[in-house]
Amino acid sequence: MSPEHGAAVATALTNYVFPNDLHVHWSLMIVLYPYITGIVAGAFIVSSLYHVFHIKSLKPVSRYALVFALAFLAFATAPLLNHLGHPERAMNMMLTPSPTSAMAGFGYIYSAYAVVLILEILFIYRPTLVALKKKARGGMKLLYGILTMGSDNLSPEALRVDHKITAFLAAIGIPMACTLHGYVGFIFGGVKANPMWATPLMPVIFLLSASVSGIAGIILSYVVIRRYTNKPIDMNCVRTLIKFLWGCFILDFVFEMLELFSHAYMATHHWEALRDLYLGPLYWSFIVAQVGIFSVIPFIALGILSLVKLSDKIVMKWGSVLSAMILIQVLLMRWNVVIGGQLMSKSERGHAVFHPGFFTKEGIVVSIIIMTLPVVFLWLLSKVFPFWLDDDPAVERQST
Amino acid sequence: MMKGIEQEISRGRRAFIKKVLGGTIAGSLLLVIPAGAMELDRIPEQIPGMRKEKGPFITGRKFAFIVDITRCIGCGSCCVADKNEYKVPDGNYRTWVERYVIDDHDNVYVDSPNGGLDGYQEPRRDLPHPVRDTFFVPKLCNMCEHPSCVQVCPVGATFQTEDGFVLIDYKRCVGCGYCVQACPYSVRFINPETKTADKCTWCYHRVRKGLLPACVNVCPVQARKFGDLNDHGSEVYKILHQPHVISVLKPDMGNKPSLHYVGLRREVV
Ligand code: SF4
Ligand code: SF4
Repeated sequence: MSPEHGAAVATALTNYVFPNDLHVHWSLMIVLYPYITGIVAGAFIVSSLYHVFHIKSLKPVSRYALVFALAFLAFATAPLLNHLGHPERAMNMMLTPSPTSAMAGFGYIYSAYAVVLILEILFIYRPTLVALKKKARGGMKLLYGILTMGSDNLSPEALRVDHKITAFLAAIGIPMACTLHGYVGFIFGGVKANPMWATPLMPVIFLLSASVSGIAGIILSYVVIRRYTNKPIDMNCVRTLIKFLWGCFILDFVFEMLELFSHAYMATHHWEALRDLYLGPLYWSFIVAQVGIFSVIPFIALGILSLVKLSDKIVMKWGSVLSAMILIQVLLMRWNVVIGGQLMSKSERGHAVFHPGFFTKEGIVVSIIIMTLPVVFLWLLSKVFPFWLDDDPAVERQST
Repeated sequence: MMKGIEQEISRGRRAFIKKVLGGTIAGSLLLVIPAGAMELDRIPEQIPGMRKEKGPFITGRKFAFIVDITRCIGCGSCCVADKNEYKVPDGNYRTWVERYVIDDHDNVYVDSPNGGLDGYQEPRRDLPHPVRDTFFVPKLCNMCEHPSCVQVCPVGATFQTEDGFVLIDYKRCVGCGYCVQACPYSVRFINPETKTADKCTWCYHRVRKGLLPACVNVCPVQARKFGDLNDHGSEVYKILHQPHVISVLKPDMGNKPSLHYVGLRREVV
């Protein structure tokens, strides 16, 4: 047993773990990494629902969702870098990538996506940024000058061009967001040595859970920020988001269960080990928490919120609570896939156990810090990019 | 009467293992003296023709490793030699030896305390039923022809040489651990000292100098064999071309290991 990994053998008589499998190398950091990228992809999809699919009721959060995505995107690589044994060599992944590796593409996909997202934000916010630049002074004026890319032209002609560009960026942004997260799923789904991960459903599940976590993050933060700043909450928008959340979660949950069901139904020689894993070390985190509490309850409750006519107060309150539950569900799912998958030894005769350290390099405290950083950054971004139309100086003139 | 004989046998076996262990530990210490430190030509070439090779890579050879599990006595000498050769940090294993015990209810019990480093000097006493069969299985890198570790390494730090070795460039490895996840045989680990991936290399540095891998050298019963399949006089060529019961681990993974097992049993994973 290695104390830094906190893994130990579960002591059943027939339990045999390959000696090197006692270490759980992909720790909490690799749980957070798909969690954060998922939130990014999901939030972007919310914004695209308005910008590309013209779901008008989502207008109040359409810009906010982009800034929210950026706040998380900025820290998507933080857990990865903290996890690498040699972070100083991380750029090798982009400089000398190995074309056969399912991991080597991440740097490219991530960077391309970051460029699209940043451009999308700058173009959508351009009228606002121009207006703010006029009012600002000192450093802020300089900052807005850079962000407006030196153009103050707000003529109808210029805005039409802006609009075309943003529509185009949003449109290519959707496949990119899907690729980003489907791809993260494939990093796991392509590991044939691990029967829990190696399923073609993995990218699908990752993508669906990403959408779910992004939408839930938007609902929760929208309601909390608006309430905290004493601003009215657009209930039409919240109700629409809840409907989308429910729809995506139906697909997500069904696919998660289908995956388990097909393992059980096909019952190949892996199944015995997988079953022992689900009923053993993953019993509480998977069966009880992920499925029993944080999936079944939101699954039903979101349906009720979407279908039954309820008062605004109830929808707002329960919408936020259920969004928080969904965010936990997705985090649990990441944990159960990433950590759970490693607990099953490739001996298929036993499993290790894993308890994350508290103050260790990849422990709980660092994880909390990493999850706090995007929130702090979001607050900083709010000082530059007004989230809401009601505190936007350019809103009358804006055509998007 | 039966009991007495059993006791006699097991006492004899223990004594034998102890002797072997003492002897081979001494032997393996000799072998870990870096080959360059001694005059190389004073040590006989163990793999014919290797020292005539010029370039950095070996050419025109196809190496194979054979483990004969009908011979292995579980003394752990190979593990000791390996640990000495590479200063493997505790709790990580480039090679290890598993003990299989099958009882008369067909239950299979496997263990490998400390990777077999201490040798199996005592029989398992915690089993509920009489033992039907028992054997040892040494494990090491399979040097797959289609290695998953090479496939997944994002920076090409894990690579395959022309002569079929799968090696790690410790100066390129970013320590992401993807290869550790991808290897179906769990022979890889992240070395806590270098923070890079690490694994058995079939002692490439020794082979390059015409010496056998350290573990092959110390095995007292020749359960581990290494050689060039292009050399039709080599022992490995002969074994693989004679009617033996030979198999590889997890053939359905499609990795095509170059590590072959003589007398492999279906219980072995
Ligand atoms: S056994 Fe594992 S580490 Fe060795 S070559 Fe095959 S996949 Fe790579
Ligand atoms: S740990 Fe090193 S050798 Fe293994 S995949 Fe990552 S970079 Fe490659």
